[in-house]
Amino acid sequence: MKRLFTAADRENSMTIEVRNVCKSFKDVDAVLNVNLRVESGEAVALLGPNGAGKTTLVEMIEGVQTPDSGEILILGKTWQSDESFLRQEIGLALQETRFQDRLTVEETLRLFASFYHLEKERTNEVLKIIQLESKRKTWVVQLSGGQRQRLALGIAILSRPRILILDEPTTGLDPNARRDLWKILEDFKATGTTLILTTHYMEEAEFLCERIVMMDQGKILAEGSLSQLLEKFSEGDLIEYAIDGTFPIERAKALSGVVSSHWKAESGQGLLTVKSISETLPDFLDLIKFSTASLTSLECRRRTLDDLFLAMSGRHLDE
Amino acid sequence: MNKMLFRLVISQFKLFFREPGVVFWSFGFPVLMAWILGIAFANKGEIERNIAVVAENPEEVYLVPEWLLNKTGTASTKYSRESGLEWKVGENHGEQAHFRFLVMSEDAAILALKRGQIALWIEGSPERDLRFRFDPNNTDARLTYLLLESAFRKQKSLNRKTEVLPLTTIGIRYVDFLIPGLMAISIMNACLWGIGWNLIELRIKKLLRRMVATPLKKSVFLLSHGLNRMFISAAELLLLYVFAHFYFDITIQGSLLALSLIFLSGYSAFAGIAVLISSRAENTQSGNGLINSVTLPMFILSGIFFSYHNFPDWLIPYVEVLPLTILTNSLRGVITEGIGLAQAIQPAIGLFGIGGVCFALGLRLYRWH
Repeated sequence: MKRLFTAADRENSMTIEVRNVCKSFKDVDAVLNVNLRVESGEAVALLGPNGAGKTTLVEMIEGVQTPDSGEILILGKTWQSDESFLRQEIGLALQETRFQDRLTVEETLRLFASFYHLEKERTNEVLKIIQLESKRKTWVVQLSGGQRQRLALGIAILSRPRILILDEPTTGLDPNARRDLWKILEDFKATGTTLILTTHYMEEAEFLCERIVMMDQGKILAEGSLSQLLEKFSEGDLIEYAIDGTFPIERAKALSGVVSSHWKAESGQGLLTVKSISETLPDFLDLIKFSTASLTSLECRRRTLDDLFLAMSGRHLDE
Repeated sequence: MNKMLFRLVISQFKLFFREPGVVFWSFGFPVLMAWILGIAFANKGEIERNIAVVAENPEEVYLVPEWLLNKTGTASTKYSRESGLEWKVGENHGEQAHFRFLVMSEDAAILALKRGQIALWIEGSPERDLRFRFDPNNTDARLTYLLLESAFRKQKSLNRKTEVLPLTTIGIRYVDFLIPGLMAISIMNACLWGIGWNLIELRIKKLLRRMVATPLKKSVFLLSHGLNRMFISAAELLLLYVFAHFYFDITIQGSLLALSLIFLSGYSAFAGIAVLISSRAENTQSGNGLINSVTLPMFILSGIFFSYHNFPDWLIPYVEVLPLTILTNSLRGVITEGIGLAQAIQPAIGLFGIGGVCFALGLRLYRWH
C-alpha cells in the first residue's frame, strides 16, 4: 500500500488523521474515500443511521479492520508499525461485548487492568467513576443493561487512554441509563481525552460532542458543530400544524418570513419553514382565527439534525 | 393457533437453512461420517483374530507345533515367524472365522495382550489338554474363544475337553487395557472442549475481539487457556488414577518421568488441535460439528475400548498415526508395560510435532475479530 503520510505529516499530525480511506465487504462499499481529522481533546460524534459506515470507520481507527486503501495516522503512528504503543493509548467499547457471566464486576476490571499492568487502586478508582462500587462483588450476568455498558466504559477508561472510542455506547438503554452514562462521559471528557463516539441519537451527539460528522452510505455528508450545521444547511425553523376545515393555504405561503410550505389536503396537515417563529407565528394564528378552519394541533420547533439528515440523505437517523 | 404454530415452524426452518454451517453439520457431516466409516468397515466380513500359541518348552518357541500344522491344514496356509500361521474356517455361526496363530513365549504373549495385539492365548495341544487363557471380562476375547473352540470342534480337532484359565493377573486384565485409554480420552476432551470450545465461545461473545484490542499479547492469551486446562486435566487424571488404583489395583509400572512426558506431549498435541479447530468457527453449531468431527473418528478408531488390530489391515497404519492412538498406546506402555523415559521419547516427539504444526497453522488462520 502506498504511504500517504510524509515524515512532516507525522511530526505535525492531529491526534487522529484519516486520509482517503476506503473499505468494502463483498459487494458493499462500507466506507468510501473518507477524510477526517480529530484534534487532541476534541469530542467528535459520528452520526448516521444503521449501515452508514460509522462502525467500519471506527474499527479501522481502532486497528480492528484494515483499510483497503488510504491511511490512518493516530498520535503520529500507524497500526502497521506501532500496534503495541497504540493499544496502550486507545480505550474502546465495542458495539456489543458480553463479558464473562460468572466473573464479578471487580474481577472483570482487574483482569483487564492486568493487561495494562495497572494496580488494584486504579480498579477502585474506575469502580467509583462508573458508579458500580456497590456492585463490585456482583456477577456480570446479574447486571442490568445500563450497568453492563458502564462496565464496558470502565474497562475502556482503565488505562487513562489518550483516545477513547465508543461505538454506540447507549444503544438499547432506557433514558435514565443513557443519561447516567452521559454524565460519566461528560466528567471523563474534562480530563482532556480525545473522544470519538458513534451514535444514531442526535441528542447524544449534541450533548457529548463539539463536532458532529454526519455519515451515510460510507460517505461523510457534513461536519461541524451543531449550530454550524444547522446554520449552514438549514433554512430556518419549523411550524407543523393540522387543520380541520377549509384552510387558505395560498395565503399561508404568502405570510411574512415563510421560506417554504408543504400541505397535505387529504390529512389536513401542513409544514411551514420560516425564517423565525416569532416573526411568522402571530400572523399564522390570525389567519386561522379569521378563516373557517380550526387548528387541531400545532408544533413550533427549531430544525433538528434529523430534519437536516432527512433533507440530505432522504433517511431518518434512527432508520 | 395453527397459523401461529405454522409460522413459527416455517420461521425456524428458514433460520436453519439460512445458516450454511449449521446445514452442513446437521446433514453433511453425519452422511460424510457414515461414508468414511462405512468404507472403513465395509466388506470387513471376516475379522482376523490373532491368537498366541504359547510353547511350553522354551526351545519350541517360534517352532510351529505339529498339531497346529496338521489340524489346520498346511496346504492352504503359509507360515513365517513374523506373520504366523493363517487358518480360515468356513461358515461358522454365520461368520467366516479367520484366525492367525502367532507362536511365542509367554512373556511375549503377555506383552501382546497388553498392547491389544492378541485377545487370548492357547497352551498345550488338542490331543492332550488344550488350555485357553484370557480375561473373561473382555468380550472380544470371549468371542474369539467361542469361535476358536467351535472351529476346532467342527474340524474334529479336539479329542479332549478344553479348559479355560482366566487371566486375572494385574496388568493384563481388560481394565488394565481400558484405563489408559480413558485417560487419553480425558486429555483429548479437556483440550478440544475445554480450550477449543471456550475460544469459540469467546469469539461468539465478541470478548476475544475486546481482549486483543488491549496490549495483551495473543500468545499470552492462548497460553493462559492452555495452562489453565492443563492443570485441570492433570487433576482429572490424578483422580481417575487414584480411583483405578484403589478400586482395580492398577499401578503405574513404568517411569513417572515418562508418564509426565507423555502427558505433556499428548496435552500439547490436543491443545494445538484445539487452537486449529477454534481458529475460524463463528457459531456454536459449526464449533460443535468441528470438535465432533475430530473426536468421534478417534474415539472409534484409536483402540480405547477394543483393540484397533481388529480393523482391516489397510486401515491400521492410518489409525496408528492418530494422536489419540499414539497417546493411548504410550500411556498403556508406561502404565501396564512399564516402559521408561527412553522409550517414551519417540512418541512424545510425534505428539509435540502434531501439536506444534496444528498450533502454527491455527495461529495463521486465527480469526480474532
